[in-house]
Amino acid sequence: MLRWLIGGGREPQGLAEKSPLQTIGEEQTQNPYTELLVLKAHHDIVRFLVQLDEYRFASAGDDGIVVVWNAQTGEKLLELNGHTQKITALITFPSLEACEEKNQLILTTSADRTVILWDCDTGRQVRKVSCFQSTVKCLIVLQRLNVWLSGGNDLCVWNQKLDLLCKTSHLSDTGISALIEIPKNCVVAAVGKELIIFRLVAPTEESLEWNILEIKRLLDHQDNILSLVNVNDVSFVTGSHVGEMIIWDILDWTVQACECNFWDPSPQLDTQQEIKLCQKPNDISIHHFTWDEENVFAAVGRGLYVYNLHMKRVIACQKSAHDSNVLHIAKLPNRQLISCSEDGSVRIWELREKQQLAAEPVPTGFFNMWGFGRVNKQASQPVKKQQENAPPCSLELIGDLIGHSSSVEMFLYFEDHGLVTCSADHLIILWKNGERESGLRSLKLFQKLEENGDLYLAV
Amino acid sequence: MISAPDVVAFTKEEEYEEEPYNEPALPEEYSVPLFPFASQGANPWSKLSGAKFSRDFILISEFSEQVGPQPLLTIPNDTKVFGTFDLNYFSLRIMSVDYQASFVGHPPGSAYPKLNFVEDSKVVLGDSKEGAFAYVHHLTLYDLEARGFVRPFCMAYISADQHKIMQQFQELSAEFSKASECLKTGNRKAFAGELEKKLKDLDYTRTVLHTETEIQKKANDKGFYSSQAIEKANELASVEKSIIEHQDLLKQIRSYPHRKLKGSPLCSGETEHTQDQASQAATTSNPDESADPDLYTCRPAYTPKLIKAKSTKCFDKKLKTLEELCDTEYFTQTLAQLSHIEHMFRGDLCYLLTSQIDRALLKQQHITNFLFEDFVEVDDRVAEKEESAPPRPVPGRPPSRSLEECPIPQVLISVGSYKSSVESVPIKMEQELGDEYREAEVTEVSSFDPQENLDFLDTDMKGSISSGESIEVLGTEKSTPVLPKSDSQASLTVPLSPQVVRSKAVSHRTISEDSIEVLSTCPSEALIPDDFKASYPSAINEEESYADDSEGAIHFQASVSPPELGEAEEGSLENPLSQIDSSCCIGKESDSLRVPLSTPAHTPSEQDGVVSIPPQRCMQKDQGFRVDFAVENASPSRDNSSEGFPADELDPNRLLASRDASKTSLDNCSDTTSNMSSVASTSSDRTPSSAHPTGPSSERHKKRAGQNALKFIRQYPFAHPAIYSLLSGRTLVVLGEDEAIVRKLVTALSIFVPSHSRFAKPVKHWVSSPLHIMDFQKWKLIGLQRVASPAGAGTLHALSRYSRYTSVLDLDNKALRCPLYRGTLVPRLADHRTQIKRGSTYYLHVQSMLTQLCSKAFLYAFCHHLHLPAHNKETEEVVASRQASFLKLNLGLVNEDVKVVQYLAELLKLHYTQEAPGTSHPTLRFDYVPSFLYKI
Repeated sequence: MLRWLIGGGREPQGLAEKSPLQTIGEEQTQNPYTELLVLKAHHDIVRFLVQLDEYRFASAGDDGIVVVWNAQTGEKLLELNGHTQKITALITFPSLEACEEKNQLILTTSADRTVILWDCDTGRQVRKVSCFQSTVKCLIVLQRLNVWLSGGNDLCVWNQKLDLLCKTSHLSDTGISALIEIPKNCVVAAVGKELIIFRLVAPTEESLEWNILEIKRLLDHQDNILSLVNVNDVSFVTGSHVGEMIIWDILDWTVQACECNFWDPSPQLDTQQEIKLCQKPNDISIHHFTWDEENVFAAVGRGLYVYNLHMKRVIACQKSAHDSNVLHIAKLPNRQLISCSEDGSVRIWELREKQQLAAEPVPTGFFNMWGFGRVNKQASQPVKKQQENAPPCSLELIGDLIGHSSSVEMFLYFEDHGLVTCSADHLIILWKNGERESGLRSLKLFQKLEENGDLYLAV
Repeated sequence: MISAPDVVAFTKEEEYEEEPYNEPALPEEYSVPLFPFASQGANPWSKLSGAKFSRDFILISEFSEQVGPQPLLTIPNDTKVFGTFDLNYFSLRIMSVDYQASFVGHPPGSAYPKLNFVEDSKVVLGDSKEGAFAYVHHLTLYDLEARGFVRPFCMAYISADQHKIMQQFQELSAEFSKASECLKTGNRKAFAGELEKKLKDLDYTRTVLHTETEIQKKANDKGFYSSQAIEKANELASVEKSIIEHQDLLKQIRSYPHRKLKGSPLCSGETEHTQDQASQAATTSNPDESADPDLYTCRPAYTPKLIKAKSTKCFDKKLKTLEELCDTEYFTQTLAQLSHIEHMFRGDLCYLLTSQIDRALLKQQHITNFLFEDFVEVDDRVAEKEESAPPRPVPGRPPSRSLEECPIPQVLISVGSYKSSVESVPIKMEQELGDEYREAEVTEVSSFDPQENLDFLDTDMKGSISSGESIEVLGTEKSTPVLPKSDSQASLTVPLSPQVVRSKAVSHRTISEDSIEVLSTCPSEALIPDDFKASYPSAINEEESYADDSEGAIHFQASVSPPELGEAEEGSLENPLSQIDSSCCIGKESDSLRVPLSTPAHTPSEQDGVVSIPPQRCMQKDQGFRVDFAVENASPSRDNSSEGFPADELDPNRLLASRDASKTSLDNCSDTTSNMSSVASTSSDRTPSSAHPTGPSSERHKKRAGQNALKFIRQYPFAHPAIYSLLSGRTLVVLGEDEAIVRKLVTALSIFVPSHSRFAKPVKHWVSSPLHIMDFQKWKLIGLQRVASPAGAGTLHALSRYSRYTSVLDLDNKALRCPLYRGTLVPRLADHRTQIKRGSTYYLHVQSMLTQLCSKAFLYAFCHHLHLPAHNKETEEVVASRQASFLKLNLGLVNEDVKVVQYLAELLKLHYTQEAPGTSHPTLRFDYVPSFLYKI
């Protein structure tokens, strides 16, 4: 289309051929999102979304404000103003036991070195802590112990009333980039290339003090650890900047499996691609993980990989899922995977068994005739490659959502209300299933008719 | 817009007329001779009867006491309009049917001048010789220097089309009533000012005279008066008398009730003012005080002059101009209203009627009409306002409310002194005045002679029609039978039914000795629903039966019965009556007859006024007649108040409104017609009454849009998918370098864009920055600038990125990229081989098609069973298939047409369920469908 509008010739046909990006045409029969609502309240990059309950979510970003939305109507419910700098972490906070009203609380922390506890029903600031030495980069709530931890250059332990219980010594100038809880009152913190295991000591008869002890440091990663998640009861997984994915035993913190070469492009990419991609290191950084019972899904650079925990191997991959780095992925119940990327798009994938694939060319639609999008010459190539490596499954693109004009930072999936995406273009978009919305509107219509007494049902 | 496509043939296509449509010439024998005057640039409709004027105009004439009937001004004030038409002659014609110069000045037997609050009359006249037909609205204005203090005027809408006048009678009447009301309001104000000045003069004169007399007395101590002294004394006496007279007049003019003013939007400002006045008047309980200047404090101080004993009413003095007669402000307002009328009724009757019908039908579609109707909003809102504001109780209330706040204690004289429903009406009086009023009433009541009244009416009527021979009275409302209306209440009007009197009067009038021919009874009467007939204005208001309400009848009865009888029947009346001292002070009588009036609330139906004199202090022999009217007037208001307000509102406090009540009585006698008619039109007009044909600009806009749309359809073979995009809610981006061309096309195509709300079409005519996702949510039709520079690449890039949400029409390359369309709806809507040649016609065609479409969407959206499962087990698939089959089989939609209806249905749903319409943009809906490229 671009070419047609510009008058042809400006965009070389070759470029399209070189791109390995899988594309889908305008005809996306399986894409349920046929309605969108643009929500505008932020003035800067929106980085975080958190679900509050079945119909509400909160968004936060670099403008320092937190906005609470109704996911059904797109109505802006509250705007929480309190932070003076960009928000660095956002987490829902379990209600205080003592507190009678069970209001939904959230904890936010910002580059202004404060942490604020908000009441999302009233918009009230419940408490504010501002005694930090450094910016808090991650928050974690240990509900079992009724404490929460903040990770910056050091690790602090707080109780529900926001009293500091104990803290570690200064760990590193880069600070803790990720925190997870593991059994035996332990937490794992990712600090640079290291994983540090801490144990929390709850007060006992002997000592009334809380304490936090460093147990172990794991030094298996070659580069900065970018992502750290609990996968299941027996393992957690880390991913680093250079594309190492290590699966750890959650109890004895040993390496269960290490996958370091599934992003290695050389045997898989054809020459054309090598020329173009020139393998920048950030192409293989692991930004995000998601998981289900048997698979870990990794966002590696621009690609998506599915690692099977039982088989201990990659069962499906999409090396160029997006034009740019994938920032966030999530697994939907129906074997679907959603990814969002710096290229501003959100894509919906489906994990299919290999047999079903059967060299299915992507429906590129009419528009390819005039150079819209990119012709997918790759369509048949993965098949070849997969035969070499024999990955038993494949990720098929079933739809994409184009709306944001800049990097899509994160998204949130609501079972009932659709998908919420937030982006560096300051916008939040609510993607909805048009048919379902239409039905809901009809319901609402007849409800209103009935209220007005205009609807007389036959007896 | 619902109308037949080609119905508006007589509207002119001005500069946007397309080049003539070339058809093969007809064989000679089939050709129709051209309209003979076509060469003169006239359309065949304009000179129906060889009228000497080119188009309709409004004429204001006066029956001057010095020179007789004379034209004052025309609207539009352009000699070209009326051409050689003889305004003088026509003024004579229209003024000569004025009936209402009845009792002016000193009524027979009355010692003091009375003001008549005269009804306007509305008649239709025709002068076949001149080829002119006119709706004539007579009114009188007050002038202190004029004979009988009144100056008769008339406003006439003159047209060559008799049917136009007849069929638009109601609307004309309503509109002219507004103008008249405005004029009269200003006039009352000015008149009151005049009176005040005069009173000051008189007061000053009296002081001077008094001093002189005193001096003479002192100088002359011989015990007898010189002739000079006697002369002075006489002079003084006459000045005293004059003061009383003028005070009385002032009171009369001020007591004009304000409730009516509510009906006319034009005078809203005045309403407040008069309300204040009213409350002030109420506070000043002493009639002498009412002359107090604080009522008109805004007036600059006036230096009184000495008045010569003999006031001159000579012909040498110059009469006031119309503008002087009323406030300049009101005069300008009136002129504005008149030119509004002139605009409103411009054009052919058929056009007016069509647009009225159109409007009426549109109002019925209040759920769907927001989709495609442009200019409906304003009218609609006005109409809604009109309907929502119940005309009845409202007008009466504000004054009374303001009066309630009045702190001055009032004496409640007789609550419940009247029988039956009357007794619920508090009768309030101001203490100082009470006695006189009661007395006045009693005397009037007792002396009523029905026969006299009847006679009076008869003679009056006869007198009024002494007009020229060639005038035909085409229709007056008075000729509608009154009796049917009152039949239902006949029992109430027993002993001497006033209607009898009136109908007699009617017959007298219509069968006058002149050659006046009543061509028809008021045509519009038939149009109004029965409920409103009562309120329908009549040309001669006395004929309106006050018997509509039982109150009227009862009162009438009471009043006609001799005093003893009255006392016997209504013992409660006795008390107040007996207290009355008949030798009342003359000067204070003007507030007479407030007794029966409780609150000023009047329903229009009961305002049917009378050409009557407000009850005054006067000699007993006349009183019968006057009382009749007074009672008549009074009773409706009373009845009204009792039914219009909850009982608790009728508490004694309401009596504070006494002064107002007296105004009401006067008011009843005055121009109720106008007011009523306006109220009637607003309330009854579900039928198109106030058809404001959309202004010329919007008309032109439509025409232009239609023309360009037609051009687009003929020019581009891919017009159908483009229009389909618009109808199905897919944003169409018109891309081009030339802003004018893009704007023109966007305007043209905007007629196909469904609106989201009543407020604005989602159309953006011209954008030069790159489009954003928000734009697609907001706009459904966008004109986009194509920039050749690298900056333009961003624009194009955005366009290509969001290509799934848009259809792109590239004007420079004559290409269109949009989804496929295979329906049947758009080809009918936009047939490139259409025979329609005119833009406005095509616009109407589109509107009618779209209305059809709207009704389909409405059916689809509001069909209960289509959207809800019939039972719990029914799956969504079943419901979906039911929807599909409904769309296909019942609505006859094929392929993509379904999507159009679905989209419109979604808009309907959203609009209906939205709490505050127009507050939010609907979500952006889209489909994942492939697009195709069309090129010429």
